[in-house]
Amino acid sequence: MKRDILLHMRSMSKHYPGVQALDSVDFDLFAGEIHALVGENGAGKSTLTKILAGAEQSDSGTIEVSGRTIAIREPADARRLGIGIIYQEFKLVPELSVAENIFLGDERRFLRHGFVRFSLMHAEASKVLSRLGETIDPVLPVRKLSVSQRQIVEIAKALSNHVRILAMDEPTASLTDREVENLFAVMRNLKTDGVGIIYISHRIEEIFRIADRITVLRDGKLIHSCPVAEADSEMLVKWMVGREADREAHQWSPKGIAPSQRREILRIENLTSDRVHGISFGLDRGEILGLAGLTGSGRTELVRLIFGAERRSSGRIVVDGREVSVRSPGDAIKAGIGLLTEDRNLDGLVLQMSILENITLSSLSDVAFGPFVNGSKERRAASELVRRLRIKTRSVETPVETLSGGNRQKVVLGRWLMTQCNILIFDEPTAGIDIAVKREIHALIRGLASEGRGIIVISSELPELLQLCDRIAVLCDGIVAGILTREEATQERLMKLATSYA
Amino acid sequence: MKNLYQSFGIGFALLVEIAIFSALSPHFFTTDNLLNVMLQISITAIVAVGMTFVILTAGIDLSVGSLMAFVGVVATSMLKLDLRLEYAFPLAMLAGLLLGAASGLIAGTLVTRFRITPFIVTLALMTIWRGLAFVYTEGRPVWELPEAFALLGNGRTLGIPNPTIVMIVVFVTAYVVLSHTRFGRYIYAIGGNPEAARLAGIGVKRIVTQVYVVCGVLSAASGILLASRMNSGQPNAGIMYELDVIAAVVVGGTSLFGGRGTVTGTFLGSLLIGVLRNGLNLLNVGSYVQQVVVGVVILLAVLLDQWKKR
Repeated sequence: MKRDILLHMRSMSKHYPGVQALDSVDFDLFAGEIHALVGENGAGKSTLTKILAGAEQSDSGTIEVSGRTIAIREPADARRLGIGIIYQEFKLVPELSVAENIFLGDERRFLRHGFVRFSLMHAEASKVLSRLGETIDPVLPVRKLSVSQRQIVEIAKALSNHVRILAMDEPTASLTDREVENLFAVMRNLKTDGVGIIYISHRIEEIFRIADRITVLRDGKLIHSCPVAEADSEMLVKWMVGREADREAHQWSPKGIAPSQRREILRIENLTSDRVHGISFGLDRGEILGLAGLTGSGRTELVRLIFGAERRSSGRIVVDGREVSVRSPGDAIKAGIGLLTEDRNLDGLVLQMSILENITLSSLSDVAFGPFVNGSKERRAASELVRRLRIKTRSVETPVETLSGGNRQKVVLGRWLMTQCNILIFDEPTAGIDIAVKREIHALIRGLASEGRGIIVISSELPELLQLCDRIAVLCDGIVAGILTREEATQERLMKLATSYA
Repeated sequence: MKNLYQSFGIGFALLVEIAIFSALSPHFFTTDNLLNVMLQISITAIVAVGMTFVILTAGIDLSVGSLMAFVGVVATSMLKLDLRLEYAFPLAMLAGLLLGAASGLIAGTLVTRFRITPFIVTLALMTIWRGLAFVYTEGRPVWELPEAFALLGNGRTLGIPNPTIVMIVVFVTAYVVLSHTRFGRYIYAIGGNPEAARLAGIGVKRIVTQVYVVCGVLSAASGILLASRMNSGQPNAGIMYELDVIAAVVVGGTSLFGGRGTVTGTFLGSLLIGVLRNGLNLLNVGSYVQQVVVGVVILLAVLLDQWKKR
């Protein structure tokens, strides 16, 4: 250990309501090193980065930068210490030029008599970009750049700040192969300049190509840390997934409907848009089909196409043996397809409306007489669902915005139960929900299947899919990489399929 | 109960205002004067109901004042057609209301299908309808109307001014629509979260278009009443009415971001501003000073509303 230790995070712990996001994790970084941080979603990678960025505070633990113990209370502290973070979503202003974005908030450097000297700024921007081996015109507005060029601008922005520690969160998620090569070249340049890079990625093959060391987190705990040469992809997946989780996954729930009584309720044929390509699969009554895949693999896009929330360019949707025309969510609901979206607060609920109003929103015609809503009938129907779903509230009039995440999810579920849709699609049904309510929601989903509905569940948590589903389809780059039955499925296999084209 | 509470802040301000004017002027708290206030607010308040619908969807309609003028000149000119009055009269009303509906349909279509922001769409329509009103009349008012027409806006039924009766009917209907029909529920849902509403299967574009049609028809009705009150079709009628109307809606507690608000609030908001103008007139406050006072009271009312919500 002759090289300089740039960063040393010691026994970092962070507790969120319901989860131990980090449990005394140690992490260090040398100058001129690329240190990969890997783990499943929710393993604690982003929490660790957020603490480093000053966006979150750890409950306990110390951070040393270049041997000195420091406190990072806010993002400005991190910036002063030479810590740069590149997030998955870019934080660039599309209408401003490349140079203006690179030096955003730092224009003072170029002031002459109170005016920004853009010639100076552009020259300086070109200098930073050339250090990255790039020849992007600094005058161009960022909106005209490709995704990978934007990434370079993000890095340039970090470098302009004299960054010595650079954390990159899934930087290759939206890049093509060639762009990835470019990025790797840039990263190697930075390495020679003595920058320490924390590299977060789901793409195992990339990690072995670029990283010097690997640290694996699982459920907020440090599982393993070693030089990349001492690991292979089999071992890595095993560390990420964990043996125990694997065993737990084999405790299958009994199927509700005997296979002989299963009839196909939904058939997707060759569904295509700009994000997913030629997707086909079937879904039986009583079956729970899982959709696995990495962020950006097209899972959400696929279900939004099925639900008519987005336009498909081609493909057929067949419900109960009859082709249906689904051009809007309204059409989908008429065909008996319901979608519980990934972010219930963003596009699932009308937060200021009451539980009652949210539950009956999609089936008002069932409780209406002509244009008039039958108040008592509506209340009876909603109260019945509140009871059945065990939504914790004093009154059905309570605005949804005052409910907890789990109860909000149940309200959305209540809406779909009221529509009598026989095909229900759950996009990340238990994201951000504590373990007790999570079990309840799993039980509800199983119950719905055993009543003869067809269920599709998207989840980034593989154990969740393994516990719930009869079959799991794995998406990768917008195509079905494989469909595994529950007997065939293991976390390793799913992971491999999910990263197969990466 | 919730509606009552939401309107309470503004209702309180209204009571204070009434108390002050009652103390300062012996002529204020009389049946005649209070009926007069109701008459004075009727025409803008009817439009304010339509505006409440639009603002509940997080939209805005700036074209209402110009539309009132255009509808006014078109309807009055039809009364002068060489027809028997019993035909000309309903024809003129129908033409006026249809014109209002058409304006709303155009605005709603541009907003929903062509995705132009409501502010721009209705700003453009505002100058288009005003311009057409002048083109149509060559800048001259439409005079010498049948006497019966003036009765519509100036007459009384059972002692209550006709425009006030129309206003009350409009408010009661709007209240029922917003709180007891599917259409009303959808309006709140769309204003609260348009994407969630769409994904709940609501035909958001259709509903929003219908809302602009409602606003157009109510503006047209108001435009006809205004022409009747003036016993003429004036191409420059209703200038700046859109701002008075929006003020009444906002003072009444409806959020410009959509999804929150009631017509009860709008009624109280219209009344607050109407009572203020009336009281200041009784106290012989000059019209220049009145403008300042009205502006200050609008700000105070909205501040009070925000403070109440905290």
